[in-house]
Amino acid sequence: MDKDATQAEEKQNTNLEEVVRQQTVRRNILLTTPALVVLFIAASGPLLVMFLFSFLTPGDYGGVKWEASTQAWFQVFFHTDIFDDTVSIADAHLSILWRSVKLSGLTTILCFVLGFPTAYFIATRPAESRNFWLFLVTIPFWTNLLIRTFAVLEIIRNAGVINSFLLAIGVIDAPLDMLYTDTAILLGMTYVYIPLMILPIYASLERFDFRLVEAGYDLYASRLKVLKRIIVPLIKPGVIAGSILVFIPSLGAYVTPRILGGGKNLMLGNLIELQFGQGRNWPLGAALSLTLLAIVMIALIFYVRSAQRAGAGKDS
Amino acid sequence: MSEKNAAVLIDKAEKVFGKDSDRVVALNGVSLTILENEFFTLLGPSGCGKTTLLRLIAGFEQPTSGRIHLHGKDISYLPPYERPVNTVFQNYALFPHMTVAQNVSFGLEMLEKPRAEIDKTVNEMLKLVQMEALRDRRTDQISGGQQQRVALARALAPHPKVLLLDEPLSALDYKLRKEMQIELKRLQNETGITFVFVTHDQEEALTMSDRVGVMNNGNILQIGAPHEIYDHPSERFVADFIGDTNFLTAKITSRSDELLTIKLSSGIEISVSAGNEVVGKDAVTLAIRPEQTTISNSVESTELQGVLRNIVYIGTDTHYHVGIDDESLFTVRVQNIHGRQQNFEIGQNVGINIDSNMVQVLKD
Repeated sequence: MDKDATQAEEKQNTNLEEVVRQQTVRRNILLTTPALVVLFIAASGPLLVMFLFSFLTPGDYGGVKWEASTQAWFQVFFHTDIFDDTVSIADAHLSILWRSVKLSGLTTILCFVLGFPTAYFIATRPAESRNFWLFLVTIPFWTNLLIRTFAVLEIIRNAGVINSFLLAIGVIDAPLDMLYTDTAILLGMTYVYIPLMILPIYASLERFDFRLVEAGYDLYASRLKVLKRIIVPLIKPGVIAGSILVFIPSLGAYVTPRILGGGKNLMLGNLIELQFGQGRNWPLGAALSLTLLAIVMIALIFYVRSAQRAGAGKDS
Repeated sequence: MSEKNAAVLIDKAEKVFGKDSDRVVALNGVSLTILENEFFTLLGPSGCGKTTLLRLIAGFEQPTSGRIHLHGKDISYLPPYERPVNTVFQNYALFPHMTVAQNVSFGLEMLEKPRAEIDKTVNEMLKLVQMEALRDRRTDQISGGQQQRVALARALAPHPKVLLLDEPLSALDYKLRKEMQIELKRLQNETGITFVFVTHDQEEALTMSDRVGVMNNGNILQIGAPHEIYDHPSERFVADFIGDTNFLTAKITSRSDELLTIKLSSGIEISVSAGNEVVGKDAVTLAIRPEQTTISNSVESTELQGVLRNIVYIGTDTHYHVGIDDESLFTVRVQNIHGRQQNFEIGQNVGINIDSNMVQVLKD
C-alpha cells in the first residue's frame, strides 16, 4: 500500500518536472530565435548561391551565364577529351579528392597521436601551472596562418634550417627534398591544426576523475589497459570534437597545400580556387565546393555514428 | 589469534611528502602486523596518516623508507596492479561508462580469467551484495548505498588476499551506515578475507573490528581489540578520541608490584592496577569513563564530591555534569532504565562513586 502511494507521488513529480522542462525548452527556443535567423541566412545564403551557380554555364571571362546546364556536375567526375570527345573518368579530380581525404585523415590521426599526450600532460599538471601550458598551446594563433606556414617552409626547404644543419654536420651530402611533397603538407597541417585537437581533449581530461585511474590499477589493469579501457572511453567526446575540428578544415585547407605543396600537390581547396581564378569555370568551382561539403557531411555522419556505436557497444 | 599468520606486515614505514620547507611527514616509522582473516581498523582524525598507510599497502604510494610485506612477500615497491589486494574507495570510483556487472567483472577480465569463470564469479558477487536485479544499470542510475555495494563486489570479485576500505561508509546517511556496518562484518565472515578498514568514526571502528589501531600525527598509538582500546586506553589521545572520558590528575602515594595507591583531589585514596608506564612518576592522569561511575545524593564515602551543574537528557542516558573541587566538570552517565528520573537538582551537592577496577592510569 505504502509502496503504491510512493509510486503515485513519484509519478506526479515526474509529470510536474516534465511540464517545467517543456516550458523551459519553449522559452529557450524563443530567446534564441533572432540568433538562429541570422545564422540561417548567413549560412544558407551563400550555399544557395553556390547551388544555383553549379547549374549555370561558365561566363567567358569568369562569372556565370544565366543558362541552365548540368555540365559542371558532369565535369566534377568525368573528363571529355578536347580532340575526340571521348568521355573518361576525371582522374585529376579524383586523385585530388583522394589526396584531400587521405591527408586530412592522416592529419587528424597525427594530431591525436601528438595532441593526446600533450593534453594529458597539461591536465595532470598542478592547477596553477595548467594555464601557462594552455597559453603556450595558443601562442601560434597570435600569428597569421600565412606567416606560420612560411615559417614551416623556411624550416624544411632545400636551403632551410634542417637541411643546412644536416649538411653542416655531414649527415647528408645533398639536401633532402622535403618541400613540395604530401609529407610537407601533412607536417604543415598538423602544425596548424594541432591546438584544435589538444584543447577539446584537455577539456575532457580536466573533468576526468583521475581516481578512476587508481581504481583501474587497483583492479590489475596495466597502464596501457587503463588508457584503453578507462581513460579513452571517458574522454571520447573530446576526441570526437577534436577530430571533427581538425578533419573538416583540413579537408578544405587552401593556404598550407598551396605553399608547402607548391602547386603540384593540389588539395580540394586549391582545385576550387583554380576554377574561380585561372580556370574561369565558376559553375565547376561551385559544384566542387558542394562536393566537398557532401564529403564533410558524410564523414561527419559516419564518424559520429561509429563513435556512438562504439560507446553503446561498451555499455550494453 | 596468536597462532594466525601475518597477512600484512609493515616494518618501520615512513612516508614523507614534499621537500625541504614543504616537507610533511605523513607516516613516522610505523610498524604493524595485520593477521590473516582479521578485520583490522585504522582509526584516527583526518590527517593522521591512516589513509597514507592504506595507500602504501595498495601501492598508490611508495614508502620513503621501511618495508611492506604481504603474506611474507616484500611488496614495498610493486605497482598496484601487481599486488593481490583490492580497494574500496571513499568515493567508490565506479567506472561511469560501464554497467554494474561490467564494473564487477573488470578486475577479473584484467586478470584474464576464462569467460565462464568471470560470469560465475560476477553472479556470485552480485548475489553476495544483493545487487543481482540491478546488474545492467549504469552506475549513475543507482543510489549511494547501491554504489557502495557495487564497489564492494568489484573489490571482492578477484578474491584479494587483503581488502582495503578507505572510509567507505562516510558518504552514507546514518541508518544506511548502520546497516552497512553489519553487512561488512557479514561479508568479512563469509569471504574470510582480511579487511583493513580506515575510518575516523570511533563507533564504526568499535562495532566491526577484531582489532583497532589508533593513529595520530603519523604514529600508531595503540593497537588492541575494541574493548581493550576502550577500557584500557594507553594514553590521553586514545582515551579522548574514543568515547567520552573524564580526566583527573592525581598523586601516587605508594606502589607495589601490581597495585598503585593513588590519592584523588578529594583526599580519598584508591588502589588501581598499573603497568610499567608510570615508573618514576608522582603525578598521573587518570581516565574514567562517564558510564562507569554513579552519582548519589550522599556525599559520604564517595570517591569524589562536587556540585551538580547541569543535567542533560539524551534519551537512552542522562548526563550529569558535576563541578568537582577545582571546578573542572566531571560527567556521570546514567542509563535511563526506568525512564527519566528526577532525583537530583542543579546546584545541590552530589557524590560520585568510581569503580577503581575501571580507572585507567595513562602514560602521559
